[in-house]
Formats: sequence, C-alpha cells, structure tokens
Amino acid sequence: MKRAFPILSVVTALLLAYALYQALVVAPTERTMGDVQRIFYYHVPSFAVSFVFFALSLLGSIAFLGYRHGNPGRAQLADALALAGAEVGVVFCTIVLVTGPLWARPVWGIWWTWDLRLTLTLVLWLIYVAYLILRKFSTSGQTPVIAAVLAIFGALDVPLVYFSIWFFRTQHPQPVMGGGGSIDPRMLHAFFINLVAFSCFGALVCWSRYRFEIARRDVEDRQALEGMMEAGASR
Amino acid sequence: MNYLYAAYAATWIIHIAYLGLLARRYARLRQEIEELKKK
Repeated sequence: MKRAFPILSVVTALLLAYALYQALVVAPTERTMGDVQRIFYYHVPSFAVSFVFFALSLLGSIAFLGYRHGNPGRAQLADALALAGAEVGVVFCTIVLVTGPLWARPVWGIWWTWDLRLTLTLVLWLIYVAYLILRKFSTSGQTPVIAAVLAIFGALDVPLVYFSIWFFRTQHPQPVMGGGGSIDPRMLHAFFINLVAFSCFGALVCWSRYRFEIARRDVEDRQALEGMMEAGASR
Repeated sequence: MNYLYAAYAATWIIHIAYLGLLARRYARLRQEIEELKKK
C-alpha cells in the first residue's frame, strides 16, 4: 500500500479534475434552478461519502467493544479505524452543511430552515464533533469505550437522516434517482463521476489518518516505555 | 453563479485545511520519532 499510495493519489487527483470538468462544463444547466443546481454534484456525493465513513466508524467501534478484552491488539486497530472514519466523516458532513445553505439561499430564499433532514444532519454532525472533542481532550482510560458507545449512538442517526425525506414531509428536495423522477444522462454521469472521485479521495485520506493513528499510538507506547525505564534507572 | 463558486471553493478550502492539519500532525509525529531515535 505504501508504494501504491502515490500512484493512487495521482489517479484520484486526475479523477477529481475530470469530475470537476463534468460538473461545471459537461453537465447541462438545469431548467428551473439554473447553474446553482451544479452544487448538487458536490453536495450529494459528500453526503453519501460522509455516511460511508460514519458507517466505518460504527463498524470500528463495534469491533473495538467486541475485541477489547479478548484481543487488545485488534481492539486498538479497530479503535483507530473508528477514529479515522469519524474524522473524515465529519469533514465531509461539514461540506454538506456548508454547501446546502449555499444552494438553499438562491433557491428557497433562506440560508437555513429547521426542516427534519437539515436538523437531523446538524445533530449527526454535532454528535461526531462531540466524539472528536472527547477523543482529543479526555485523558481517562475509559475514553475509547465511551467514544465507541457515542459513535454507535451517532450512527443511529444516519438512517434517520436518510429516510427522513421518504417518511416525513420536508422542504428538502426529494431524491431524483429512485424517487420516480427523470434525469439527463449527462447529469447522471457527472453525479456518479463525482461520487467515485470523492469516494476515492475520502478513502485515501481515511487510510492516511488510520496509518497516522497507529503510528501515533506506537510512539506514545514507546515514550511511556522510555519514561518507565528512565524512572527505573534513577531509583 | 456566485453561490456555485462559493460552494465549490468552500468544499476545497475545507478539504485542503484538513489535509494541512494532517500534514502538520505527521510532521510533529516525525519529530517525536526522531527524538526517540536519539535517546
């Protein structure tokens, strides 16, 4: 993976550039919303990718809770994966919360409304931000356990966010794909290329964050060992 | 059109800021590894 990483980074960068070209140049202008609809090519893939990383965080958290007594080594890896997934998920969810109002202002005439999907997305973001703050500042030995439980609670919000527009009357646009609407194939292509490009980008960033977390924990363990050896030698 | 550019710019500013944060953390970790090697 170490050797493949630079190649994958270049491929992802090219894919992102191609996706940008598709979104801004190739995809036709939507009739009612105009050019502002092109925000969807970044907003919706970011939304989907954030869900994938929150799901990864959920899996890591469950694995951590499962392994923490029987296999501490694997539990550490699972915990690192949960943290990496949550952090990258928060980055993509932040983009969703920023690009959404930038689309809503010209189309709805308002930046924000306390609509069910918007509110649940904000709650989701706040839960995972709380998770990251807990991971950063808590020094308790129980922190990974509390964080894992919090990540599991946070992930419960994901299906609520997704299905909120299906089961409740909301102001948020209904899905075009799978919702009975039709879409120009060029728009569909631009959407899927952006989805693939941002998924690849997110996966690379998450992998880097995961490797960093493992290396950081290794350094911390070595520092603790050094400290203990120094304390033993001074006695 | 301004909203469109603002949204695309905001997306890349957030991603680049996060990548910058990761790079800074990596640099700090590398420094800590060097210090451990010296001991």
